[in-house]
Amino acid sequence: MKKPRLTRPVLLDVRDITRLYGPAKGCEAIDFQLHAGEVLGIVGESGSGKSTLLRVLAGLEAPDSGNVIYRRHAGQTVLDEDLSENADAALDLYAIGEARRRALLRLEWGLVHQNPRDGLRMGVSAGANIGEQLMAQGQRHYGQLRATGQEWMRQVELDPSRIDDAPRTFSGGMQQRLQIARTLVTQPRLVFMDEPTGGLDVSVQARLLDMLRTLVRQLGLSVVLVTHDLAVARLLAHRLMVMRRGQVVETGLTDQILDDPQHEYTQLLVSSVLTP
Amino acid sequence: MLSETSVSHTRSLPRLTVDGLHKQFLIHGQGGLEIDVMRDLSLTLHAGECLVLAGRSGIGKSTLLKMLFGDYRIDQGRIRLHFDDGDLDLDTLPAYAWHGLRRDVIGYVSQFLRVVPRVAAVDVVMEPLLARGTDEAESRRRAETLLARLNLPERLWQLPPGTFSGGEQQRVNIARGFIGEHPLLLLDEPTASLDAANRDVVIALINEAKARGTAMLGIFHDEDVRERVADRLLPLDGSLGAMPPQPKDSRETLS
Amino acid sequence: MNGYNFAYLDEQTKRMIRRGLLKAVAIPGYQVPFGGREMPMPYGWGTGGVQLTASILGADDILKVIDQGADDTTNAVSIRHFFQRVAGVETTTATIAADVIQTRHRIPETPLRSGQILVFQVPIPEPLRFIEPSEQETRLMHALEEYGVMHVKLYEDIARYGHIATTYAYPVKVDDRYVMDPSPIPKFDNPKLNDSPALMLFGAGREKRLYAIPPYTRVESLDFEDHPFEIQSWEENCALCGSDHSYLDEVITDDKGGRMFVCSDTDYCQTRRGEVA
Repeated sequence: MKKPRLTRPVLLDVRDITRLYGPAKGCEAIDFQLHAGEVLGIVGESGSGKSTLLRVLAGLEAPDSGNVIYRRHAGQTVLDEDLSENADAALDLYAIGEARRRALLRLEWGLVHQNPRDGLRMGVSAGANIGEQLMAQGQRHYGQLRATGQEWMRQVELDPSRIDDAPRTFSGGMQQRLQIARTLVTQPRLVFMDEPTGGLDVSVQARLLDMLRTLVRQLGLSVVLVTHDLAVARLLAHRLMVMRRGQVVETGLTDQILDDPQHEYTQLLVSSVLTP
Repeated sequence: MLSETSVSHTRSLPRLTVDGLHKQFLIHGQGGLEIDVMRDLSLTLHAGECLVLAGRSGIGKSTLLKMLFGDYRIDQGRIRLHFDDGDLDLDTLPAYAWHGLRRDVIGYVSQFLRVVPRVAAVDVVMEPLLARGTDEAESRRRAETLLARLNLPERLWQLPPGTFSGGEQQRVNIARGFIGEHPLLLLDEPTASLDAANRDVVIALINEAKARGTAMLGIFHDEDVRERVADRLLPLDGSLGAMPPQPKDSRETLS
Repeated sequence: MNGYNFAYLDEQTKRMIRRGLLKAVAIPGYQVPFGGREMPMPYGWGTGGVQLTASILGADDILKVIDQGADDTTNAVSIRHFFQRVAGVETTTATIAADVIQTRHRIPETPLRSGQILVFQVPIPEPLRFIEPSEQETRLMHALEEYGVMHVKLYEDIARYGHIATTYAYPVKVDDRYVMDPSPIPKFDNPKLNDSPALMLFGAGREKRLYAIPPYTRVESLDFEDHPFEIQSWEENCALCGSDHSYLDEVITDDKGGRMFVCSDTDYCQTRRGEVA
């Protein structure tokens, strides 16, 4: 029996992030590392600061203080020349300037919004939604864009024959799957998800959860997942961070947090879950 | 003769050492109630053996398995895995390192099936192989072989196990636990809700795992099964105290 | 001069606009904001183009004004009269004779020459506006060259009609950097933007933006590899001059379905007829 290789490279190094809108509003002194291939769940009730933290991590909102360091490793496919010069480098998300930050978000990161309307262009076809980032990266072959679009629709269990339909003709669950296809088509290394199954019917949630698990495994994604739903966290996340009033009260393996919670608040949260 | 020697050699290798393990639950909601569930537990587990935890029912033998699998935190004491190329301390292992450990080293057959709803039984079973990058057709073939051996009717394979009977769910769970052939396997009453025929299949699976050199730590209430699989018994009444807080166990049926 | 400063605008305003034009020429395709003035005509009638023309016009310049290729339509006639009155400049209908040509929605068929300036009237200068209502965001998109959405628009055309159905205001990329709205000229005219010896200036009065294509600048129409940019073509020739290579307007001649196709560029058509005759 050989020792397995357990160390994984650090992808995201979050150092002492604070973003406060008022006392205990926002997030404060957040420190953690995300390793390649890990799914980290951030759980907490509404107002706990988890969404603010996600916005800061995902490059959408600068923190009051602290750093979000993205560690890139050799051998990654990077389309942006400016970025590839810095392969192997640690990129400080809010020190690299807006142009490079946006390029990074576009080329190597992905964001799945809770509400698919925030992540999709509702007026343009499913195919164009999936293809937009590829076109932004310079793909100029309509036939190939379309083939890729249909391939991704199959991947997220959407009927490829609906490639020319606008998302507004889709159900909520289908819109969410389309958003996921649009996000993953560029093969990001790091994906942020904000309540990806929130607002969906329970029956639709289950299929989506399974799909997300499969995609994470197949694509080797690293994910930061924000959710208030502990059942979703249990099924998707390897590791959890519990937030309350802007601060992290407990972190650990998902099973440890849910089965052996240490902090008073985590115990309250875990014991408040309804079981059918 | 030669193979006998190599098997007995493999069997003598310690795979797991537990030293002075303590576990206490602190329940904040009940005025800081402290429950001691484990005191000074030590054991050694070798390759190719099945060590069965003995002790009266309900004292929380599962707690030990959960600590070994990373479900429960290790408050005090030391858990070490022994690999051919060195030892690994689990009590100080960072959280992220557990993912790989569970995928490749420590397998766990729990009492209850906890899976994504609406996923077909065969997909549930093959997932541990897919997680290691095994090709899908091969994973499916092995999952189907196991389900067939466990006499799960073929018409159920493509159905999600959520609506299955207790015994059927248990067999899906066993197949999922055994398919990965982890070198260290934790068995929490795998035969509890099975009929005699299927109990025999599980016993055969355990014996085959032993032959592979798998180190197993198990809980079996059924005395007949216990006698047929146990190489050693570990009496725990002196080390285990009370039940862990109840809400946790009831939550296991969630999803 | 009837109480007006030369060319209607005061010298300070003209200087301000000329500074803007210098910047626009220095950054081809980039939209420069300018302090647009109220002009004695409503928005949509070419107030942007008129302010640019007023700022660059010299007393010796010869001015031509066209509207959809014609010198004799209301818009062209009134702007031409405006400058005759407030600047006293000589005007012409001959493309070849003009120093400055103000145009609405066409580029003359007669090839432009070095030294000429073409001034376009622009209703909506922002090519990204259709998808992004925020000016702050569109400026950022230009700054960071985030132009994926431009191809989204063309993609949608092909998905819906089987070909790129955009026929006018067809977006271009200038000098391999800025995506630009060439104003509502037919895409037939897009190739004339590329590597032109003339200076092209664009003025949007309502939105107070100006931009430019300096002479001999590379201007590409956006397209796909498997759906390359194409210009319109007609099966008919011009019914008046017989041209088989100019942009044609369809003219209804009676209420019994009678129609004919004629050159939209009136000067070009007349010149050809003069030569033929």
